Amino acid sequence: MRRRAGWIGAVAAVTLLPGLWSSGAARAQSIPIPGPTVETIKKRGQLACGVDTGIPGFAFQDSAGAWHGFDVDYCRAIAAAVLGDATKVRYVPTTTPARFTILQSGEIDLLVRDSTLTMTRSLQLHLAEVAINFYAGQGFLVSKKLGVSKIEELDGATICTLTGATLELNIADFARARGTKIGTLLFEKSDEAIAAMEAGRCDGYTDDTGSLAAVRSTLKTPADWVVLEGVISKEPLGIHARASDINWVNILYWVDTALKTAEELGVTKANVDEKKAGTDPMVKRLLGVEGGFGEMMGLDPAWSYRAIKATGNYGEIYDEFFGPKALDLARGQNKLWKDGGLVYTLPFR
Amino acid sequence: MLVLAWAARNAATALTARNMQVDFGFLANPAGFEIPFRVVPWSASDSYGYALLVASLNTALAAALAIVLASVLGLVIALMRLSANPLAAVLARGGTELVRNTPQLLQIVFWYIAVLQVLPAARASLSLGGAMFLNVRGLFMPAPQTPAFAICVGLGVASAIILPRLLPRASLLLGAGSLVLLTALGAMLSPWEVPALRGFNFQGGWRLPPELLALVVGIGIYTSAFIAENIRASIRAVPPGQREAARSLGLSPGRTMRLVVLPQALRTLLPPLASHYLNIIKSTTLGAAIAYPEVLQIFARTVLNQSGRAVETMTLVLGVFLAINLVVSTLIGRWDRRLQRDAR
Repeated sequence: MRRRAGWIGAVAAVTLLPGLWSSGAARAQSIPIPGPTVETIKKRGQLACGVDTGIPGFAFQDSAGAWHGFDVDYCRAIAAAVLGDATKVRYVPTTTPARFTILQSGEIDLLVRDSTLTMTRSLQLHLAEVAINFYAGQGFLVSKKLGVSKIEELDGATICTLTGATLELNIADFARARGTKIGTLLFEKSDEAIAAMEAGRCDGYTDDTGSLAAVRSTLKTPADWVVLEGVISKEPLGIHARASDINWVNILYWVDTALKTAEELGVTKANVDEKKAGTDPMVKRLLGVEGGFGEMMGLDPAWSYRAIKATGNYGEIYDEFFGPKALDLARGQNKLWKDGGLVYTLPFR
Repeated sequence: MLVLAWAARNAATALTARNMQVDFGFLANPAGFEIPFRVVPWSASDSYGYALLVASLNTALAAALAIVLASVLGLVIALMRLSANPLAAVLARGGTELVRNTPQLLQIVFWYIAVLQVLPAARASLSLGGAMFLNVRGLFMPAPQTPAFAICVGLGVASAIILPRLLPRASLLLGAGSLVLLTALGAMLSPWEVPALRGFNFQGGWRLPPELLALVVGIGIYTSAFIAENIRASIRAVPPGQREAARSLGLSPGRTMRLVVLPQALRTLLPPLASHYLNIIKSTTLGAAIAYPEVLQIFARTVLNQSGRAVETMTLVLGVFLAINLVVSTLIGRWDRRLQRDAR
């Protein structure tokens, strides 16, 4: 009797299992908006944003412990769009080796942490490479005493860098392609690498050009160090999220687009209210007066208006942290397409 | 067992919920990065699996050197504390207290920065005999070009072990003598590559990086304080009658210690000594903080980040440490059992 029950149980399991699996897959294909991530954020009441542990320009804390920075402003814009309040953000500082595991595990909702968008991160780590917010390349910061002016002259030098990033891979590729062998010394945090560099252990430091400008500002005597011309790779820094929730990825993408489109249309933090009341149809669609794009993502129509009001447009965010009064890094590729840069957005239509 | 099974099932469900599958196939993928220091050949197109081996060998090297340093230094400090000389005793006591009561990671970082600050730049290296150079990039030594040197040293070590057994009378002289002769023969037989300053750095020869030196010194000194205390306790555990009997037989204090006290102290010393050795092996992971490319930094940081395989990478790293530590603890366990047997 027991044997028969066991046999029936096995047959039932085998026939029901595919059914459970396929219904689960079918459910995944039609996630109702706004999606599980937004639901979790609203229930939590806070956006959990992964940022850098502390680097001038991108993400740093002031003496009171409040977070500021280019990436931090992105978190605030997204919180304003989704939750209505730019201050409802929990900043999770992540180190270079741990950042993607923290994102994959679900502890943070998105990672905007001067991290490069790559094919491996998209395909192997199953992350959505949502949007580029900072075009950079891998450059070198070396001591003026070395007397080198080109990256090719660094053959045989030792360069301090961070472990777990694209940096060491690019240096190995550079050696294989050009024959310029650059030795590396790997550290977990940029302060440790800089301390070793200033002690003379290595000849220089390598990172993406944005981080190099940031790091140079923290050196004891910045005038002794020079950033070499040229880059050995493309490093498009931007927003990463888990690929499973497509609606959340859409929200992140369109908030980034809204900030850049605002600069294109001349909408700033100061004039957003008067622009909203204006007549330009592109501005009206951007700010949610027309078009109904917010509802399509499960957000209320004022999502982009709140984002722009909280942080200003893309140009204002860039100027505040990388502009002449801050790190003074030329916008270069980060200019709008009509000014000769690479920032080209999909239209709000 | 039940707890382990439940934990494994929990992990499996959580991973599937996040669309992460456990898969060790990534070990065959090319690594694409350089390993700054290694004892075996390595190129950026070798696989992740081979990177695990290279990094594990780095860990083993640092651990072996630290174990030797800690044991020798521990013995010296223990004898200093037990000595009649008040200066030696006070110095040893002060040093032990300082080292035991400060965090190990801080000590390692301190040695790294102290070592780096003191050493000169590459272009102003300290030259030792024109063939060895000491600078902030490391200690550069000439390297033999052919395996002849390694073979001769190997033969020398083997003869130093075997010959004394064949001729017990002149054992020390024979053993040491054969080792020295064969090493010298090997040195003459193979051509040497002398390091030369070219561009930024010395090229050629062997390099002992300051990271390895700082890690070995940091771990060695830290653990030596604990080993010294264990040695002192185990010496005290030898019945005082033994020492009195030895003195009454006319043995000097040095020979008493070497022939009577220490061999008996070894019996009580081995179990805690094994624990210290295992701790040393695990503490080499602190090398990740000072850029020494051991298995935690290479595998659990770089490879984990590049491949995204957190669970598999961590399991492999744990497996490496478990394997090394089980070997060491088995060997010491056998030695311990042999000592217990001999005591009968």
